[in-house]
Amino acid sequence: MSYFNQPVLAFLKSMMGSVRDLAPIILVIGFFQLFVLQQPLENVGSLLSGVFFVIIGLTFFIYGLEMGLFPIGESMAHAFARKGSVFWLLTFAFSLGFGTTVAEPALIAVADEAAKVAARSGHINNHMDAMNSYSTGLRYTVALSVGFAIVIGVLRILKNWPIHFMIMVGYVMVIIMTAFAPDEIIGIAYDSGGVTTSTITVPLVTALGIGLASSISGRNPMLDGFGLIAFASLTPIIFVLGYGMIV
Amino acid sequence: MDFFNILGDKLISTLFDVFPIAVIIFGFQFLVIRKRVPHIKKVLIGMFYVLLGITFFLLGLEQALFPVGRMMAEQLTNPEFLETVRITTGALHWQDYYWVYIFAFAIGASTTIAEPSLIAVAIKANEVSGGSISIWGLRIAVALGVAVGISLGAYRIVIGAPIHYFIISGYVIVVIQTFYAPKTIVPLAYDSGGVTTSTVTVPLVAALGLGLAETVPGRSALIDGFGLIAFASLFPIISVMSYAQLSAWWARRGNESE
Repeated sequence: MSYFNQPVLAFLKSMMGSVRDLAPIILVIGFFQLFVLQQPLENVGSLLSGVFFVIIGLTFFIYGLEMGLFPIGESMAHAFARKGSVFWLLTFAFSLGFGTTVAEPALIAVADEAAKVAARSGHINNHMDAMNSYSTGLRYTVALSVGFAIVIGVLRILKNWPIHFMIMVGYVMVIIMTAFAPDEIIGIAYDSGGVTTSTITVPLVTALGIGLASSISGRNPMLDGFGLIAFASLTPIIFVLGYGMIV
Repeated sequence: MDFFNILGDKLISTLFDVFPIAVIIFGFQFLVIRKRVPHIKKVLIGMFYVLLGITFFLLGLEQALFPVGRMMAEQLTNPEFLETVRITTGALHWQDYYWVYIFAFAIGASTTIAEPSLIAVAIKANEVSGGSISIWGLRIAVALGVAVGISLGAYRIVIGAPIHYFIISGYVIVVIQTFYAPKTIVPLAYDSGGVTTSTVTVPLVAALGLGLAETVPGRSALIDGFGLIAFASLFPIISVMSYAQLSAWWARRGNESE
Protein backbone atom coordinates (compact mmCIF):
# COMPACT_ATOMS: atom_id res chain seq x y z
CA MET A 1 0.00 0.00 0.00
CA SER A 2 2.52 2.54 1.14
CA TYR A 3 4.81 4.03 -1.47
CA PHE A 4 6.82 5.91 1.14
CA ASN A 5 9.17 4.47 3.66
CA GLN A 6 9.12 5.43 7.33
CA PRO A 7 11.60 8.39 7.36
CA VAL A 8 9.88 10.12 4.44
CA LEU A 9 6.51 9.87 6.18
CA ALA A 10 7.99 11.21 9.42
CA PHE A 11 9.56 14.11 7.53
CA LEU A 12 6.28 14.95 5.79
CA LYS A 13 4.51 14.84 9.14
CA SER A 14 6.92 17.27 10.77
CA MET A 15 6.68 19.48 7.68
CA MET A 16 2.93 19.72 8.27
CA GLY A 17 3.81 20.80 11.81
CA SER A 18 5.97 23.62 10.42
CA VAL A 19 3.16 24.72 8.11
CA ARG A 20 0.91 25.01 11.16
CA ASP A 21 3.59 26.95 13.09
CA LEU A 22 3.89 29.46 10.30
CA ALA A 23 0.20 29.86 9.48
CA PRO A 24 -0.44 32.60 12.10
CA ILE A 25 2.20 34.92 10.57
CA ILE A 26 0.74 34.45 7.09
CA LEU A 27 -2.76 35.19 8.41
CA VAL A 28 -1.65 38.33 10.26
CA ILE A 29 0.25 39.71 7.28
CA GLY A 30 -2.55 38.81 4.87
CA PHE A 31 -5.22 40.39 7.04
CA PHE A 32 -3.37 43.67 7.54
CA GLN A 33 -2.34 43.92 3.93
CA LEU A 34 -5.78 43.27 2.44
CA PHE A 35 -8.20 44.69 5.02
CA VAL A 36 -6.35 47.40 6.94
CA LEU A 37 -3.83 48.82 4.49
CA GLN A 38 -6.00 47.69 1.55
CA GLN A 39 -3.11 47.10 -0.76
CA PRO A 40 -2.49 44.09 -2.95
CA LEU A 41 0.53 41.95 -2.14
CA GLU A 42 3.45 42.50 -4.46
CA ASN A 43 5.75 39.73 -5.70
CA VAL A 44 3.41 36.93 -4.66
CA GLY A 45 5.73 34.40 -6.33
CA SER A 46 8.83 35.29 -4.34
CA LEU A 47 6.70 35.59 -1.21
CA LEU A 48 5.35 32.07 -1.62
CA SER A 49 8.75 30.56 -2.36
CA GLY A 50 10.18 32.37 0.68
CA VAL A 51 7.47 30.93 2.90
CA PHE A 52 8.24 27.50 1.45
CA PHE A 53 11.95 27.90 2.39
CA VAL A 54 11.01 28.93 5.92
CA ILE A 55 8.87 25.78 6.26
CA ILE A 56 11.67 23.54 4.94
CA GLY A 57 14.15 25.28 7.23
CA LEU A 58 12.03 24.93 10.36
CA THR A 59 11.43 21.25 9.59
CA PHE A 60 15.14 20.46 9.18
CA PHE A 61 16.00 22.48 12.28
CA ILE A 62 13.60 20.60 14.56
CA TYR A 63 14.60 17.27 13.01
CA GLY A 64 18.29 17.99 13.62
CA LEU A 65 17.63 19.40 17.09
CA GLU A 66 16.53 16.06 18.50
CA MET A 67 19.06 14.08 16.47
CA GLY A 68 22.18 16.16 17.08
CA LEU A 69 22.02 19.31 19.20
CA PHE A 70 20.16 18.00 22.27
CA PRO A 71 22.12 14.70 22.46
CA ILE A 72 25.55 16.38 22.19
CA GLY A 73 24.65 18.97 24.85
CA GLU A 74 23.43 16.32 27.25
CA SER A 75 26.19 13.80 26.61
CA MET A 76 28.79 16.51 27.31
CA ALA A 77 27.01 17.51 30.52
CA HIS A 78 27.00 13.86 31.67
CA ALA A 79 30.67 13.44 30.72
CA PHE A 80 31.69 16.55 32.67
CA ALA A 81 29.66 15.40 35.69
CA ARG A 82 31.37 11.98 35.62
CA LYS A 83 34.79 13.54 35.18
CA GLY A 84 34.14 15.60 38.28
CA SER A 85 36.40 18.50 37.30
CA VAL A 86 34.66 21.73 38.24
CA PHE A 87 37.44 23.76 36.62
CA TRP A 88 36.93 22.25 33.16
CA LEU A 89 33.16 22.39 33.45
CA LEU A 90 33.27 26.11 34.26
CA THR A 91 35.82 26.74 31.50
CA PHE A 92 33.48 25.01 29.06
CA ALA A 93 30.52 27.03 30.38
CA PHE A 94 32.39 30.29 29.93
CA SER A 95 33.63 29.44 26.42
CA LEU A 96 30.15 28.40 25.34
CA GLY A 97 28.61 31.65 26.57
CA PHE A 98 31.38 33.90 25.27
CA GLY A 99 31.96 32.08 21.97
CA THR A 100 28.33 31.90 20.92
CA THR A 101 27.68 35.56 21.72
CA VAL A 102 30.68 37.42 20.38
CA ALA A 103 29.87 36.57 16.74
CA GLU A 104 26.08 36.84 17.08
CA PRO A 105 24.81 38.94 14.12
CA ALA A 106 21.96 40.51 16.12
CA LEU A 107 24.44 41.71 18.72
CA ILE A 108 26.78 43.20 16.12
CA ALA A 109 23.83 45.17 14.68
CA VAL A 110 22.76 46.46 18.10
CA ALA A 111 26.31 47.42 19.08
CA ASP A 112 26.73 49.48 15.89
CA GLU A 113 23.44 51.28 16.55
CA ALA A 114 24.54 51.96 20.12
CA ALA A 115 27.77 53.55 18.88
CA LYS A 116 25.71 55.91 16.67
CA VAL A 117 23.57 56.90 19.65
CA ALA A 118 26.62 57.57 21.79
CA ALA A 119 28.24 59.64 19.03
CA ARG A 120 25.13 61.71 18.36
CA SER A 121 24.63 62.54 22.02
CA GLY A 122 28.23 63.74 22.20
CA HIS A 123 29.20 60.95 24.55
CA ILE A 124 32.05 59.82 22.32
CA ASN A 125 33.80 61.42 19.34
CA ASN A 126 31.86 61.45 16.09
CA HIS A 127 34.72 59.64 14.30
CA MET A 128 34.62 56.24 12.63
CA ASP A 129 37.49 55.08 14.87
CA ALA A 130 35.83 56.15 18.09
CA MET A 131 32.54 54.57 17.05
CA ASN A 132 34.20 51.31 16.02
CA SER A 133 36.11 50.97 19.24
CA TYR A 134 32.95 51.81 21.23
CA SER A 135 30.90 49.14 19.44
CA THR A 136 33.67 46.52 19.68
CA GLY A 137 34.03 47.25 23.38
CA LEU A 138 30.31 46.88 23.83
CA ARG A 139 30.27 43.55 21.97
CA TYR A 140 33.04 42.10 24.13
CA THR A 141 31.30 43.42 27.24
CA VAL A 142 28.10 41.58 26.33
CA ALA A 143 29.98 38.40 25.34
CA LEU A 144 31.89 38.47 28.65
CA SER A 145 28.64 38.97 30.53
CA VAL A 146 27.04 35.94 28.84
CA GLY A 147 30.11 33.79 29.57
CA PHE A 148 29.93 34.97 33.17
CA ALA A 149 26.18 34.24 33.26
CA ILE A 150 26.58 30.61 32.15
CA VAL A 151 29.36 30.12 34.74
CA ILE A 152 27.14 31.52 37.51
CA GLY A 153 24.21 29.42 36.29
CA VAL A 154 26.28 26.21 36.26
CA LEU A 155 27.65 27.01 39.73
CA ARG A 156 24.07 27.45 40.90
CA ILE A 157 23.19 23.95 39.67
CA LEU A 158 26.29 22.50 41.40
CA LYS A 159 25.78 24.37 44.68
CA ASN A 160 21.98 24.30 44.67
CA TRP A 161 21.60 28.08 45.17
CA PRO A 162 18.01 29.38 44.95
CA ILE A 163 17.43 30.94 41.51
CA HIS A 164 14.73 33.46 42.43
CA PHE A 165 16.99 35.04 45.03
CA MET A 166 19.80 35.49 42.48
CA ILE A 167 17.48 36.91 39.81
CA MET A 168 16.09 39.41 42.32
CA VAL A 169 19.60 40.55 43.24
CA GLY A 170 20.12 41.08 39.50
CA TYR A 171 16.90 43.12 39.23
CA VAL A 172 17.93 45.31 42.16
CA MET A 173 21.31 45.93 40.49
CA VAL A 174 19.57 46.87 37.21
CA ILE A 175 17.30 49.33 39.04
CA ILE A 176 20.13 50.96 40.98
CA MET A 177 22.38 51.23 37.92
CA THR A 178 19.54 52.67 35.81
CA ALA A 179 19.52 55.67 38.14
CA PHE A 180 23.20 56.39 37.47
CA ALA A 181 23.72 55.32 33.84
CA PRO A 182 23.47 57.91 31.02
CA ASP A 183 19.91 58.10 29.60
CA GLU A 184 20.89 57.14 26.03
CA ILE A 185 22.32 53.76 27.04
CA ILE A 186 19.27 52.56 29.05
CA GLY A 187 17.10 51.38 26.13
CA ILE A 188 20.05 49.65 24.48
CA ALA A 189 21.09 47.99 27.74
CA TYR A 190 17.59 46.64 28.35
CA ASP A 191 17.40 45.35 24.77
CA SER A 192 20.81 43.68 24.91
CA GLY A 193 19.40 41.11 27.33
CA GLY A 194 17.10 39.82 24.61
CA VAL A 195 19.42 39.70 21.62
CA THR A 196 22.15 37.54 23.08
CA THR A 197 20.39 34.21 23.01
CA SER A 198 20.49 32.79 19.50
CA THR A 199 18.81 29.81 17.88
CA ILE A 200 21.77 27.47 18.41
CA THR A 201 22.78 28.72 21.85
CA VAL A 202 19.37 28.19 23.45
CA PRO A 203 19.02 24.42 22.73
CA LEU A 204 22.68 23.75 23.63
CA VAL A 205 22.59 25.67 26.89
CA THR A 206 19.22 24.17 27.84
CA ALA A 207 20.53 20.65 27.18
CA LEU A 208 23.65 21.45 29.23
CA GLY A 209 21.61 22.59 32.23
CA ILE A 210 19.17 19.70 32.12
CA GLY A 211 21.97 17.16 31.53
CA LEU A 212 23.85 18.49 34.57
CA ALA A 213 20.79 18.59 36.81
CA SER A 214 19.85 15.04 35.89
CA SER A 215 23.32 13.58 36.44
CA ILE A 216 23.93 15.15 39.86
CA SER A 217 22.01 13.31 42.58
CA GLY A 218 19.56 15.38 44.58
CA ARG A 219 18.85 17.81 41.72
CA ASN A 220 15.50 18.05 39.99
CA PRO A 221 15.86 18.78 36.23
CA MET A 222 12.71 20.90 36.26
CA LEU A 223 13.82 23.02 39.25
CA ASP A 224 17.55 23.10 38.64
CA GLY A 225 18.00 22.38 34.94
CA PHE A 226 16.32 25.54 33.65
CA GLY A 227 17.55 29.01 34.47
CA LEU A 228 20.79 29.30 32.47
CA ILE A 229 19.09 31.38 29.76
CA ALA A 230 17.59 33.60 32.44
CA PHE A 231 21.06 34.54 33.68
CA ALA A 232 22.26 34.99 30.11
CA SER A 233 19.53 37.54 29.47
CA LEU A 234 19.94 39.45 32.75
CA THR A 235 23.72 39.93 33.10
CA PRO A 236 24.11 41.75 29.73
CA ILE A 237 21.76 44.48 31.02
CA ILE A 238 23.95 44.98 34.09
CA PHE A 239 27.23 44.86 32.15
CA VAL A 240 26.03 47.25 29.42
CA LEU A 241 24.73 49.75 32.00
CA GLY A 242 28.16 49.49 33.63
CA TYR A 243 29.87 50.01 30.26
CA GLY A 244 27.77 53.13 29.70
CA MET A 245 28.77 54.51 33.10
CA ILE A 246 32.52 53.89 32.65
CA VAL A 247 33.11 54.70 28.95
CA MET B 1 21.45 29.25 -11.10
CA ASP B 2 21.04 32.49 -9.20
CA PHE B 3 19.10 30.71 -6.48
CA PHE B 4 21.95 28.27 -5.83
CA ASN B 5 24.38 31.17 -5.51
CA ILE B 6 22.22 32.84 -2.87
CA LEU B 7 21.72 29.52 -1.08
CA GLY B 8 25.47 28.89 -1.16
CA ASP B 9 26.26 32.36 0.22
CA LYS B 10 23.74 31.91 3.02
CA LEU B 11 25.12 28.47 3.86
CA ILE B 12 28.65 29.86 4.07
CA SER B 13 27.63 32.78 6.29
CA THR B 14 25.70 30.40 8.59
CA LEU B 15 28.79 28.16 8.71
CA PHE B 16 30.85 31.17 9.83
CA ASP B 17 28.33 31.93 12.60
CA VAL B 18 28.32 28.32 13.79
CA PHE B 19 32.09 27.84 13.50
CA PRO B 20 33.05 29.11 16.99
CA ILE B 21 30.39 26.90 18.58
CA ALA B 22 31.64 23.84 16.69
CA VAL B 23 35.24 24.60 17.72
CA ILE B 24 34.24 24.87 21.39
CA ILE B 25 32.14 21.69 21.37
CA PHE B 26 34.60 19.48 19.51
CA GLY B 27 37.64 21.08 21.17
CA PHE B 28 36.34 20.19 24.62
CA GLN B 29 35.09 16.83 23.42
CA PHE B 30 38.48 15.71 22.09
CA LEU B 31 40.90 17.55 24.41
CA VAL B 32 39.13 17.47 27.78
CA ILE B 33 36.49 14.75 27.78
CA ARG B 34 38.49 12.45 25.48
CA LYS B 35 35.70 9.96 25.03
CA ARG B 36 33.89 9.01 21.89
CA VAL B 37 30.53 10.66 21.41
CA PRO B 38 27.76 8.03 21.50
CA HIS B 39 26.08 7.65 18.07
CA ILE B 40 28.55 10.12 16.56
CA LYS B 41 27.27 9.59 13.04
CA LYS B 42 23.68 10.35 13.98
CA VAL B 43 24.76 13.43 15.96
CA LEU B 44 26.77 14.78 13.03
CA ILE B 45 23.88 14.25 10.62
CA GLY B 46 21.60 15.97 13.12
CA MET B 47 23.93 18.97 13.37
CA PHE B 48 24.10 19.17 9.61
CA TYR B 49 20.28 19.25 9.51
CA VAL B 50 20.29 22.08 12.07
CA LEU B 51 22.70 24.02 9.87
CA LEU B 52 20.68 23.36 6.74
CA GLY B 53 17.48 24.25 8.61
CA ILE B 54 18.80 27.62 9.82
CA THR B 55 20.11 28.40 6.32
CA PHE B 56 16.76 27.79 4.62
CA PHE B 57 14.90 29.47 7.47
CA LEU B 58 16.93 32.70 7.19
CA LEU B 59 16.85 32.61 3.40
CA GLY B 60 13.06 32.38 3.41
CA LEU B 61 12.66 35.04 6.10
CA GLU B 62 14.85 37.49 4.21
CA GLN B 63 13.12 36.83 0.93
CA ALA B 64 9.52 36.86 2.09
CA LEU B 65 8.66 37.92 5.60
CA PHE B 66 11.13 40.63 6.52
CA PRO B 67 10.50 42.91 3.49
CA VAL B 68 6.72 42.61 3.89
CA GLY B 69 6.90 43.07 7.66
CA ARG B 70 9.12 46.14 7.37
CA MET B 71 6.94 47.67 4.68
CA MET B 72 3.83 47.12 6.77
CA ALA B 73 5.45 48.64 9.86
CA GLU B 74 6.30 51.71 7.77
CA GLN B 75 2.82 51.99 6.27
CA LEU B 76 0.97 51.54 9.56
CA THR B 77 2.98 54.30 11.23
CA ASN B 78 2.74 56.61 8.22
CA PRO B 79 0.90 59.87 9.14
CA GLU B 80 -1.10 59.73 5.88
CA PHE B 81 -2.50 56.33 6.79
CA LEU B 82 -3.15 57.44 10.37
CA GLU B 83 -5.17 60.44 9.09
CA THR B 84 -7.54 58.07 7.30
CA VAL B 85 -8.28 55.86 10.32
CA ARG B 86 -8.10 58.40 13.17
CA ILE B 87 -10.83 58.57 15.81
CA THR B 88 -10.00 61.90 17.50
CA THR B 89 -9.80 65.41 16.08
CA GLY B 90 -7.02 68.00 16.14
CA ALA B 91 -3.47 66.73 16.65
CA LEU B 92 -2.88 62.98 16.56
CA HIS B 93 -3.53 61.38 19.96
CA TRP B 94 -2.23 58.07 21.24
CA GLN B 95 -5.64 56.48 20.58
CA ASP B 96 -5.24 57.07 16.84
CA TYR B 97 -2.45 54.53 16.71
CA TYR B 98 -4.84 51.67 17.54
CA TRP B 99 -3.95 49.69 14.40
CA VAL B 100 -0.31 49.86 15.44
CA TYR B 101 -1.11 48.29 18.83
CA ILE B 102 -3.24 45.58 17.20
CA PHE B 103 -0.50 44.87 14.67
CA ALA B 104 2.12 44.78 17.44
CA PHE B 105 0.00 42.28 19.37
CA ALA B 106 -0.71 40.07 16.36
CA ILE B 107 2.80 40.08 14.91
CA GLY B 108 4.33 39.52 18.39
CA ALA B 109 2.13 36.49 19.05
CA SER B 110 2.45 34.93 15.59
CA THR B 111 6.23 35.32 15.25
CA THR B 112 6.74 33.86 18.73
CA ILE B 113 4.76 30.75 17.77
CA ALA B 114 7.22 30.20 14.90
CA GLU B 115 10.36 30.93 16.97
CA PRO B 116 12.67 27.87 16.70
CA SER B 117 14.41 28.34 20.06
CA LEU B 118 11.07 28.50 21.87
CA ILE B 119 10.02 25.24 20.18
CA ALA B 120 13.30 23.69 21.41
CA VAL B 121 12.74 24.78 25.02
CA ALA B 122 9.08 23.71 24.93
CA ILE B 123 10.07 20.21 23.73
CA LYS B 124 12.58 19.90 26.58
CA ALA B 125 10.16 21.28 29.20
CA ASN B 126 7.50 18.81 28.10
CA GLU B 127 9.98 15.93 28.33
CA VAL B 128 11.44 16.93 31.71
CA SER B 129 8.08 17.66 33.34
CA GLY B 130 6.81 14.22 32.32
CA GLY B 131 4.17 15.80 30.09
CA SER B 132 2.53 18.03 32.72
CA ILE B 133 3.71 21.12 30.79
CA SER B 134 2.27 20.85 27.31
CA ILE B 135 4.33 22.11 24.36
CA TRP B 136 1.45 24.21 23.02
CA GLY B 137 0.44 25.48 26.46
CA LEU B 138 3.90 26.93 26.99
CA ARG B 139 4.20 28.30 23.46
CA ILE B 140 0.84 30.05 23.65
CA ALA B 141 1.57 31.45 27.12
CA VAL B 142 4.89 32.87 25.90
CA ALA B 143 3.30 34.20 22.69
CA LEU B 144 0.65 36.08 24.67
CA GLY B 145 3.36 37.55 26.89
CA VAL B 146 5.33 38.79 23.88
CA ALA B 147 2.15 40.16 22.28
CA VAL B 148 1.20 42.18 25.36
CA GLY B 149 4.80 43.28 25.84
CA ILE B 150 5.23 44.60 22.30
CA SER B 151 1.86 46.41 22.26
CA LEU B 152 2.75 48.08 25.53
CA GLY B 153 6.19 48.92 24.15
CA ALA B 154 4.60 50.50 21.08
CA TYR B 155 2.28 52.52 23.33
CA ARG B 156 5.31 53.71 25.31
CA ILE B 157 7.01 54.97 22.14
CA VAL B 158 3.83 56.83 21.12
CA ILE B 159 3.34 58.59 24.48
CA GLY B 160 7.10 58.99 25.02
CA ALA B 161 7.26 57.76 28.63
CA PRO B 162 10.66 56.69 30.03
CA ILE B 163 11.27 52.97 29.52
CA HIS B 164 12.59 52.22 33.01
CA TYR B 165 9.23 52.95 34.68
CA PHE B 166 7.67 50.12 32.68
CA ILE B 167 10.55 47.69 33.11
CA ILE B 168 10.85 48.29 36.85
CA SER B 169 7.07 47.82 37.31
CA GLY B 170 7.46 44.57 35.35
CA TYR B 171 10.25 43.46 37.70
CA VAL B 172 8.04 44.17 40.71
CA ILE B 173 5.25 42.02 39.25
CA VAL B 174 7.74 39.20 38.53
CA VAL B 175 9.06 39.31 42.11
CA ILE B 176 5.57 39.22 43.63
CA GLN B 177 4.46 36.40 41.32
CA THR B 178 7.57 34.37 42.15
CA PHE B 179 6.33 33.96 45.73
CA TYR B 180 2.89 32.72 44.68
CA ALA B 181 3.58 30.69 41.53
CA PRO B 182 4.13 26.88 41.70
CA LYS B 183 7.84 26.35 42.50
CA THR B 184 8.62 24.10 39.54
CA ILE B 185 7.61 26.70 36.93
CA VAL B 186 9.81 29.55 38.20
CA PRO B 187 13.14 28.65 36.49
CA LEU B 188 11.36 27.81 33.21
CA ALA B 189 9.42 31.08 33.37
CA TYR B 190 12.64 33.07 33.89
CA ASP B 191 14.16 31.26 30.90
CA SER B 192 11.22 31.95 28.63
CA GLY B 193 12.06 35.65 28.74
CA GLY B 194 15.30 35.04 26.88
CA VAL B 195 14.19 32.49 24.30
CA THR B 196 11.40 34.53 22.76
CA THR B 197 13.50 37.01 20.96
CA SER B 198 15.76 35.54 18.36
CA THR B 199 15.61 34.88 14.64
CA VAL B 200 12.08 35.84 13.67
CA THR B 201 10.93 38.33 16.27
CA VAL B 202 13.91 40.69 16.59
CA PRO B 203 14.10 41.99 12.98
CA LEU B 204 10.34 42.51 12.64
CA VAL B 205 9.95 44.11 16.05
CA ALA B 206 12.98 46.34 15.55
CA ALA B 207 11.44 47.58 12.27
CA LEU B 208 8.20 48.45 14.06
CA GLY B 209 10.03 50.33 16.82
CA LEU B 210 12.13 52.27 14.33
CA GLY B 211 9.10 53.09 12.15
CA LEU B 212 7.18 54.43 15.14
CA ALA B 213 10.07 56.43 16.55
CA GLU B 214 10.70 58.04 13.15
CA THR B 215 7.12 59.17 12.53
CA VAL B 216 5.71 60.07 15.95
CA PRO B 217 6.42 63.80 16.47
CA GLY B 218 9.04 64.49 19.12
CA ARG B 219 10.61 61.00 19.17
CA SER B 220 14.14 60.20 18.09
CA ALA B 221 14.69 56.97 16.17
CA LEU B 222 18.06 56.46 17.77
CA ILE B 223 16.87 56.76 21.36
CA ASP B 224 13.18 55.78 21.37
CA GLY B 225 13.51 53.05 18.71
CA PHE B 226 15.13 50.78 21.28
CA GLY B 227 13.33 49.02 24.07
CA LEU B 228 10.70 46.89 22.32
CA ILE B 229 12.88 43.78 22.68
CA ALA B 230 13.20 44.45 26.40
CA PHE B 231 9.39 44.45 26.68
CA ALA B 232 9.23 41.24 24.64
CA SER B 233 11.64 39.49 26.97
CA LEU B 234 10.08 40.65 30.24
CA PHE B 235 6.38 39.96 29.75
CA PRO B 236 6.64 36.23 28.91
CA ILE B 237 8.06 35.68 32.43
CA ILE B 238 4.83 37.13 33.82
CA SER B 239 2.55 35.26 31.39
CA VAL B 240 4.23 31.86 31.93
CA MET B 241 3.92 32.19 35.71
CA SER B 242 0.28 33.27 35.28
CA TYR B 243 -0.32 30.21 33.09
CA ALA B 244 1.06 27.94 35.84
CA GLN B 245 -0.93 29.77 38.53
CA LEU B 246 -4.12 29.48 36.52
CA SER B 247 -3.66 25.77 35.81
CA ALA B 248 -2.85 25.09 39.49
CA TRP B 249 -5.95 27.05 40.52
CA TRP B 250 -8.01 25.17 37.94
CA ALA B 251 -6.75 21.80 39.23
CA ARG B 252 -7.52 22.81 42.85
CA ARG B 253 -11.05 23.85 41.95
CA GLY B 254 -11.58 20.53 40.18
CA ASN B 255 -10.45 18.63 43.29
CA GLU B 256 -12.67 20.62 45.62
CA SER B 257 -15.82 20.05 43.62
CA GLU B 258 -15.30 16.29 43.55
